[in-house]
Amino acid sequence: MQEFVNLTLGGVITGSVYAAFALALVLIWRSTRIVNFAQGAMAALTTFIAIALIDAGQSYWVGLVVALLSGLVIGAVVERVVIRPVEGGPELNAVIVTLGLFIAIQALISVLFGVNQRAFVPPFSNIGFRIGDTTLGSLSPNTVYTLIAVLLVMVALIALFRFTRLGLAMRASAFGQEVARLLGVRVGRMLTLGWALAAVVGSLAGMLIAAETAFVAPTFMDSLIVFGFVAAVLGGLDSPIGAVVGGLVLGVALSYVRGYLGDTLVGLAALVILVVVLLVRPGGLFSTTQTRRA
Amino acid sequence: MSDLQTPASASAAGAATSEAPTTATAASNASSAQATGGRSFLPRNTLLRHLLVLVLCAVGAVLLLESTDLGFNAQVGYVAFYAIAAGGLTLLTGLNGQISLGHGALMAVGGYTTALLLDVEEPLPLVVVFLIAVALTSVVGAIVGVAAARLHGPYLAGATLALAVGLPGLALHFDDLLGGEQGLTVSTPDRPDWFTEIIRTLSGNPASGVKWIAYISVACLLVTYFLLANLMRSRVGRTWRAVRDQEVAAELSGINLGAWRVVAFVVSAAAAGLAGAVLALVVRLTAPTAFTIVLSLSLLTAIVIGGLGSLLGALIGSALLVFLPRLLRDAGESLDMDAAQAAEISYVVYGVILVLVMLFAPAGLVGSVRLALMKQRARRAAGRARG
Repeated sequence: MQEFVNLTLGGVITGSVYAAFALALVLIWRSTRIVNFAQGAMAALTTFIAIALIDAGQSYWVGLVVALLSGLVIGAVVERVVIRPVEGGPELNAVIVTLGLFIAIQALISVLFGVNQRAFVPPFSNIGFRIGDTTLGSLSPNTVYTLIAVLLVMVALIALFRFTRLGLAMRASAFGQEVARLLGVRVGRMLTLGWALAAVVGSLAGMLIAAETAFVAPTFMDSLIVFGFVAAVLGGLDSPIGAVVGGLVLGVALSYVRGYLGDTLVGLAALVILVVVLLVRPGGLFSTTQTRRA
Repeated sequence: MSDLQTPASASAAGAATSEAPTTATAASNASSAQATGGRSFLPRNTLLRHLLVLVLCAVGAVLLLESTDLGFNAQVGYVAFYAIAAGGLTLLTGLNGQISLGHGALMAVGGYTTALLLDVEEPLPLVVVFLIAVALTSVVGAIVGVAAARLHGPYLAGATLALAVGLPGLALHFDDLLGGEQGLTVSTPDRPDWFTEIIRTLSGNPASGVKWIAYISVACLLVTYFLLANLMRSRVGRTWRAVRDQEVAAELSGINLGAWRVVAFVVSAAAAGLAGAVLALVVRLTAPTAFTIVLSLSLLTAIVIGGLGSLLGALIGSALLVFLPRLLRDAGESLDMDAAQAAEISYVVYGVILVLVMLFAPAGLVGSVRLALMKQRARRAAGRARG
């Protein structure tokens, strides 16, 4: 029973990071109809920038801020320079461009920072809280921080999209580019901003996963891009709320697989979940559109 | 945030798939027109033409292998297994319009099967081992293909990405059988005496295990490309193109879209399985680290550089995959990097090339040359008509 509670809690916490990452994918999908497969590599790059700063004697928080800011810049530059020319074109071309970015950025990390694993010191203790005699392995100061950080980001995004003019303009650009343009919205800038924001959220997810696993290699986000994608598809790729719920469901499901079946089968379990969802309910658990041919 | 609607979604997704031949794949249609262009010295009959090219290539391959040293012979083996897998992938992506990032994992199926079958007292003949590896990978490919037939674009990419990341986990889970992280060492079969004899009378070179495996790899490559080329030029290939370019028109002509997509995936997986089997012989080791997502992305790079849908392009791209890293590694080591870091430079280059090709020449090397030739010929024909 105690193990079950532990696994569930751990699943919710990892799931919240998946949710954040899936949310970043959904943000980009809604505005440009592109799945950014380079998102994991981009987040890994910003995490390694933060590690370089922390190694140089700066605090975790300086590293975090720089990671998020460099995510913002990288996201904007990527959209403006390499994504803009393939937007609205054949979907295969856009997929191949993001895959090219994926392999290039991941290798660039190895060239710049070396291929070896590095230790990542979390900002708070990773030792679980004690309640009476039992230790809750998966609930520690660090995981509480993870949960709060993800919640803060989601509240900030909701506030941005619901209550500000900028958020309204971004929604208009995603809803109908031509109409938005006629009404005076600078659609190009809104798309760039959307990619930049998504990269910030992705960077945060990278920093949180790094703190949780305590070790990072240049490829440490490979599995997260898969889990983030599966979570986003669970929610239908179109729905931000769906992405969050999908992330949490996937996190808990994979936590049970890890706990009861073994660590090596987690990737395969994600594949099975993805295929079942795509075959049984291709629109996702929260599909709003019936017409898409998935 | 939740009330944001996207009516554009349906039309955008529909527009992308129903778009007429995209520039990336249009060039792959060109070659049949070129072959009947009248100026070709090759026979008109497709089978005869391919047989002639096969014989010429075989002679060329023997000349190449006998005039170069053993180190180069080993490199040719690497080119062969990349090219076999890339040939299958270019059929799937170029002709049928389905992307797959899971071909690295399918190669693992073929590789591990070969390693297991050869690791016994009395191994079966190599041909039988290869056929079993191909058959098993085809079965896995059929399962993946059934799921993949209903997906397209980013969904298919994501699903096959999950396959590439998930499947190597099996090797770790069943580590008693599959060797876990260390993988399986492949016991390569001895070269037969007749091979030694033939090589001695042919060129006077001493025969060796490396040479034997290089010849096996090249033979597999030639047979695969011969079969794939015939398939692509046949009714089957034309059906795949129809499925890719005009879903509705193809369906109205009585083509079962799903079934043909599954068939394309099975053929492609069979090639990947053979590639994995050859890889096992050439590298002499099958380990999870050899079949990562990076392998799948390298294959994609090879077919995109060469030009989607072109076997020649896949071969050129595969040769680049083998020879470019050596050049770059030397450059990196002269810049004072350690070997592992310098090896990564080539992947930076692959990624940059992928992006640049898609932005500036989506038809790839072979496709761009073909398009330029066709334009030139059209201009000349127009000039003649006027004059």
